[in-house]
Amino acid sequence: MRVRLSPRKQQRIIKSIFLSLTILTVFILAFIIFFILRHGLLVVNWQFLTRNPVEMGKEGGIFSTIVGTVALTFLALLIATPLGVGTAIFLTEYTSEGKLTRVIRFGSDCLAGIPSIIFGLFGFILFVTKLKLGWSILSGGLTLAFMILPTIIRTSEEAIRFVPQAYREVSFSLGSSKWQTVSRVVLPSALPGIATGVILSIGRSIGETAAVIFTAGSALRLPTSLFSSTRTMSVHFYILAREGISLSKAYGTAAVLVVSILLINVVTYYLMNRFLRKYS
Amino acid sequence: MGAPEKNERLIHVSLLVVAFSAISVLALISLFIFTEGLPIMFRYGFKKFLFSLDWYPSEGHFGLLPMIVGSLFVTTGAMLIGVPLGLAGAIYLTQFASKKVRVVVKPLIELLAGIPSVVYGFIGVVILVPFIREYLGGPGLSVLAASVILGIMILPTILSISIDSLLALPPSYREGSIALGATEWQTVRMVLIPAARSGIVASIILGMGRAVGETMAVIMIAGNATSIPHSVLDPVRTLTSNIALEMGYASGEHRQALFATGVILFVIIMALNTVANLTSRKMSS
Repeated sequence: MRVRLSPRKQQRIIKSIFLSLTILTVFILAFIIFFILRHGLLVVNWQFLTRNPVEMGKEGGIFSTIVGTVALTFLALLIATPLGVGTAIFLTEYTSEGKLTRVIRFGSDCLAGIPSIIFGLFGFILFVTKLKLGWSILSGGLTLAFMILPTIIRTSEEAIRFVPQAYREVSFSLGSSKWQTVSRVVLPSALPGIATGVILSIGRSIGETAAVIFTAGSALRLPTSLFSSTRTMSVHFYILAREGISLSKAYGTAAVLVVSILLINVVTYYLMNRFLRKYS
Repeated sequence: MGAPEKNERLIHVSLLVVAFSAISVLALISLFIFTEGLPIMFRYGFKKFLFSLDWYPSEGHFGLLPMIVGSLFVTTGAMLIGVPLGLAGAIYLTQFASKKVRVVVKPLIELLAGIPSVVYGFIGVVILVPFIREYLGGPGLSVLAASVILGIMILPTILSISIDSLLALPPSYREGSIALGATEWQTVRMVLIPAARSGIVASIILGMGRAVGETMAVIMIAGNATSIPHSVLDPVRTLTSNIALEMGYASGEHRQALFATGVILFVIIMALNTVANLTSRKMSS
């Protein structure tokens, strides 16, 4: 016989089930961070951060991989930021909603959903092979730039939309041209919001592995030019863990990765909140 | 025409060109993946490619069925874990928890969306795989391990988009239902979830896309055997892992076959994207 519970009882049961599932979720995610930091932070010290890997990473530190990560990320931002912000300006200030904006936005949304391994394949065939750039910072940076482009477009677009219409009207009424209004009024006001997107993309670049390993390669020595192959922290961590080179160095690298990404996300969150509070 | 106006025109045109960057990149990616991958699919036979069980690249056998089934199993497993947890969390945080709790927990979960996939994979290797080997049997590297880790990885996506779509509903929906004497759970089940359906569906599809496309974490924990698994404890290889595992040394036809694997992956992802896009557009209109 099926027992029918009263709605109140049903609600109480459901509520406690959902509460436990929510706690479980938070617990799992917190545990991952805790676990990595507990094992990893023991390994991390000044030498670990400033010395180059020795014997494929079995000994020494991770300095060259930090340099590689910074170089790739910086190059990717340098390319993707103007493209992304430019697209956002066009979508919000230079055109009205219609077929064109829908197509552009659809393209950007689709690009955002493409898995990183596909970006890796693409970067490998176009930059590494066809354009003969080889495994290099340049190939990796270009590939990453394409990957983070949608994030920058979307956050910049939202940030620019948040700038009150009155700002533009006042600027126009003072006789400014469209571009003067955009470059001196709209963009400066939207800057913290745009920065959020850029910082978010830094986090994504740092954590990326599949797209980078086939385009920037995995050379461990310190890169000397844009054409040097390099190994990022994520790739280094992956190789250390997968090939069982050194578990403790793997934990250390993971801790540095996780801490930098958490810091980046906290800064993003703080900036975004301040930005939203200012205009609402 | 004066100089300033000319400048304005120039800026307008350059912005228009820049605005096509994302869609051009998308077109370039499709172009390169397809021109590299399609020829071998036609040469080898479309049907054989999709439905043959033999993947022996060195002998010229390129059957992708085990990988297609692998991706399907692992993704389904991830959904079974990620969707209930994600939706329960979203409903609890928006309907039952106080605003204070939500304001703390939601960013915390979103923070975790940034953890790199290799870290999730590593956690799988050092904790989950030994656990499965010890208590459930098999090699540990398995469909189950990959499903659990992927399920956790897609949680932030599902949670955060579902929360947004539930919060976007007008408060009057909830108030009206409660005023009619419904309990909160009845309100959630009969009013709010149906109303926020398209956002929730979009969150699930996006999570699914992430699970299908995930590579490094899966390589580390799925075992990568090129055979169809008979139980959740058997090792498995996904489409993404197939590419990443062999790309490093493949050449000639073998490399083309990996690009063909990319073609199949690309088509699946684009289909998912389009569906997610259409449902979320329905939501906003």
